[in-house]
Amino acid sequence: MTNNSIIDEVLNLLLYLKKFSANMNPTDISNPEYFHKVVDCQYACPAHTPVPEYIRLIAAGKYNEAYMVNWESNVFPGILGRTCDRPCEPACRRGRVEEEPVAICRLKRVAADNKGDVSSYMVSGPFKSNGKKIALIGGGPASLTVARDLAPLGYEIHLYDEWHKGGGMMRTQIPAFRLPESVLDEEVNYIIDMGIHTHFNTYVSSMKEIIGKEYDAIFVGTGAPKGRNLDLPGRAEADENIHIGIDWLESVAFEHRSSVGKNVIVLGGGNTAMDCCRTSRRIGGDNVKVVVRSPFEDMKASPWEIEDAQREDIPILNNMPPKEFVVENGKLKGIIFEKVSAVYDETGRRKLIPTGEPDEFIEADDVIIAIGQDNAFPWIERDLGIEFGKWDIPVLDKKTFQSTLPHVFFGGDAAFGPENIITAVAHGHQAAISIDLFCNGKELHERPAPMVNLMGQKMGIHEWMYDSYVVVDERYKVPHEVKELSLTNRKIEVELGFDKGLGFKEAQRCFNCDVQTIFSDSKCIECDACVDICPTDCITFTENGEEMELRERLSAPSTEYNQDLYISGILPTGRIMVKDEDVCLHCGLCAERCPTAAWDMHKYLYNVTKASQVCV
Amino acid sequence: MTFAKPKFRHPKSTKNKVGYLKSDYLGTVSTLCAGCGHDSISGAIVQACYELDIEPHKLAKLSGIGCSSKTPAYFLSNSHGFNSVHGRMPSIATGANLANKNLTYLGVSGDGDSASIGIGQFMHVIRRNLNMTYIVMNNGCYGLTKGQDSATADVGSINKTGMSNEYEPIDLAALALELGSSFVARSFSGDKTQLVPLIKAALSHPGFAFIDVISPCVTFNNNVGSTKSYDFVREHMEVTSSIDFVPHKDEITVDYQPGHRMDVELHDGSVLKLDKLAPNWNPFDRNSAIGQLQLAKSRNEVLTGLLFIDENTKDLHKKLNTVDVPLNTLNHTNLCPGQDALDKINDNLR
Repeated sequence: MTNNSIIDEVLNLLLYLKKFSANMNPTDISNPEYFHKVVDCQYACPAHTPVPEYIRLIAAGKYNEAYMVNWESNVFPGILGRTCDRPCEPACRRGRVEEEPVAICRLKRVAADNKGDVSSYMVSGPFKSNGKKIALIGGGPASLTVARDLAPLGYEIHLYDEWHKGGGMMRTQIPAFRLPESVLDEEVNYIIDMGIHTHFNTYVSSMKEIIGKEYDAIFVGTGAPKGRNLDLPGRAEADENIHIGIDWLESVAFEHRSSVGKNVIVLGGGNTAMDCCRTSRRIGGDNVKVVVRSPFEDMKASPWEIEDAQREDIPILNNMPPKEFVVENGKLKGIIFEKVSAVYDETGRRKLIPTGEPDEFIEADDVIIAIGQDNAFPWIERDLGIEFGKWDIPVLDKKTFQSTLPHVFFGGDAAFGPENIITAVAHGHQAAISIDLFCNGKELHERPAPMVNLMGQKMGIHEWMYDSYVVVDERYKVPHEVKELSLTNRKIEVELGFDKGLGFKEAQRCFNCDVQTIFSDSKCIECDACVDICPTDCITFTENGEEMELRERLSAPSTEYNQDLYISGILPTGRIMVKDEDVCLHCGLCAERCPTAAWDMHKYLYNVTKASQVCV
Repeated sequence: MTFAKPKFRHPKSTKNKVGYLKSDYLGTVSTLCAGCGHDSISGAIVQACYELDIEPHKLAKLSGIGCSSKTPAYFLSNSHGFNSVHGRMPSIATGANLANKNLTYLGVSGDGDSASIGIGQFMHVIRRNLNMTYIVMNNGCYGLTKGQDSATADVGSINKTGMSNEYEPIDLAALALELGSSFVARSFSGDKTQLVPLIKAALSHPGFAFIDVISPCVTFNNNVGSTKSYDFVREHMEVTSSIDFVPHKDEITVDYQPGHRMDVELHDGSVLKLDKLAPNWNPFDRNSAIGQLQLAKSRNEVLTGLLFIDENTKDLHKKLNTVDVPLNTLNHTNLCPGQDALDKINDNLR
């Protein structure tokens, strides 16, 4: 356990104890974070994209507007609509009420697929120069976000990348059957076309050199470019047919490699492994297997990516750590695997114990190792004042992304280790703010407040500005290309995306959690109408108490402790109104049945403030 | 424009002992005015039936005409129902109960239905001690016809047009006591902690159980000066006792102040635990209940809670000495036992 995680544990414990200590205070809804947390999807998104807002726009057929809500917030709607890790979906309230959350990620793609020309909605250059120069090292999502946020402010931005185009790992590591090049090019170019000075085909081999060019600030967004190796007997002899996952994907993407052997073993259980095995199926691998050392349930890959691999006839063998690469006459023959089972001790720590079954040999012409990737900064000299900590990760301020050398900032995977695209974008936004504050000589920790807006939704009796009806439709499946066809060419996109009709239906599944229930103590006559109508028994009128004890007394089980209780002030009968936010459907019935409008529905828009205004 | 209750329910709702969720006791979405006290009473009925583990198909809900009598549409959708003629619910209930005494009967009526057009039927069903629960949703006005004063409006109560009522009110609870009702209570729609246990006790009572529930008409009688408004009732509410209904065999966990506590055991083994708040009141003494009601009236108070109970009462079937099985199960063989049986009877008379 690291120091940080111990501190987190202690803070958590204190928070838990506090829940037992005193009567609850009335909820301060003027704090923008209260309602932000109620919008579970937006709260879970690292970039805090206003999800329900754009889903409503999709339902209304306003694809341009839906796209721009995304673009402002997450910069790459078309890319993320296909590839995002979607932290929003496990958080989606619908997933707590029925089986599956709203298909938020694929709805984003509906906006991107159906939009028209959106360039008129974006700020366009040339921008009036502010005389400051910024270098961005690495052309991936983090750097591109910094570029987009800073360009309109008049910064002269120099983007360095070793490849001939921008996009970084989105281009090298995500196969074309998941992300067509045209989509990638379009969204990268929106940024490049803002007047970014690109230095493509330029591998930066010395930070000292860059610093010598006297930029006002330098941003490092070079990702986690080093794929882990597996040093087992036979590794060196069979090197020709043993590949490192991310390097191999890159060589396929840039067409330096167009085939693979018939029998392929992919080692590893993450998303890179899934991309490797599926790519293999398309360039000659007839018999592709994924082998993981631990149990299937512990695989790191997203469930939908595992599903996609299995649909393409790729078996996933688990509990089999590799022991030895078998080489015959200097050529790879296969791998010998041990058989283990996972045993967990009382602290939950996993141990892989050999089962005693005989080892298994699996034949292979090619092996792809996709067991993780690491940060690597061989190009940053260690005498420049940029400190590095454990695992060669730079020492950074977690909020400002500033390194120990004040004008050097890090973001994306380069900052705290491998994450995902949406996290890189979120880092980029914050780093851009830091760089702008830094270049203006301001205090970096004074972050701009978020933009928030509450807007009443009542239009008349039974009429709201949002579609309050709650549909019971189950999650719609995204149509796929015919498997036989998609396996013939690695550039044929597998997912076809929702069409407009399916997109509308899926969009209707959204509960509109950003349309908030607002309670006014002074108007309430305690008639119980809201309590009686609430379909999910969210509302209780009762005496105040300590949080944990109060939760015991509510109308319905209140066991999601990370979901807040909305507490009113003291009402005329001495009781308080308590609303458990957990499974509120935002159907507005409490407000419909309230005779005095003590309940009302207000749309809450929360936008993380960016370094500049990028939409017009 | 949509106004439909979503189908989703709380994913962690629990089933009662007979396997139903609370939502299984709901009805359609109410079309009464938002904030109507009647809806709270519907909610209390739902809660009580769920907690009492009543199987919905073993209950019959009956009503007459009026806002109150619409409410059976808004609770217990899976139960038997009969929406009768204005003021004639008691005769329908009597007929149904005589035919099948195995169902639980819940009559819902209003102050117009019971205190005006149906007062004759109301009085006679009490006399007969029909085994049913009779709830009056009492708002002191004719809400369905825009709020004229009803027969339960208090003298001096001001209606929405600003007119003061000059006629003496009928106190339905006092009337029920006078006519020998074996269970009489009064409650307030805005106080479910009191109302739910009272309904549970009434449903468990083996005779006529009457609950007069003050239920503000939020549209026509919730103004300043009305004695049936939310504010007035809350300010003037007095309570005979706090009440807790303990079903059969459940462990008793509530602590009471010594000397105030009183247990009433019902015929099915369940217990009503009363914590007495009113002095000089005895729930088994009809006179003390009448006295307390008169006292409260003279003080301009609304006395609520259980007023009177006779737990050893004889209901209509006992009075009539009917057979053990419901009459509607008697077939031709039971009813016409044949010439031999007739001969025996005739012989006895010789």
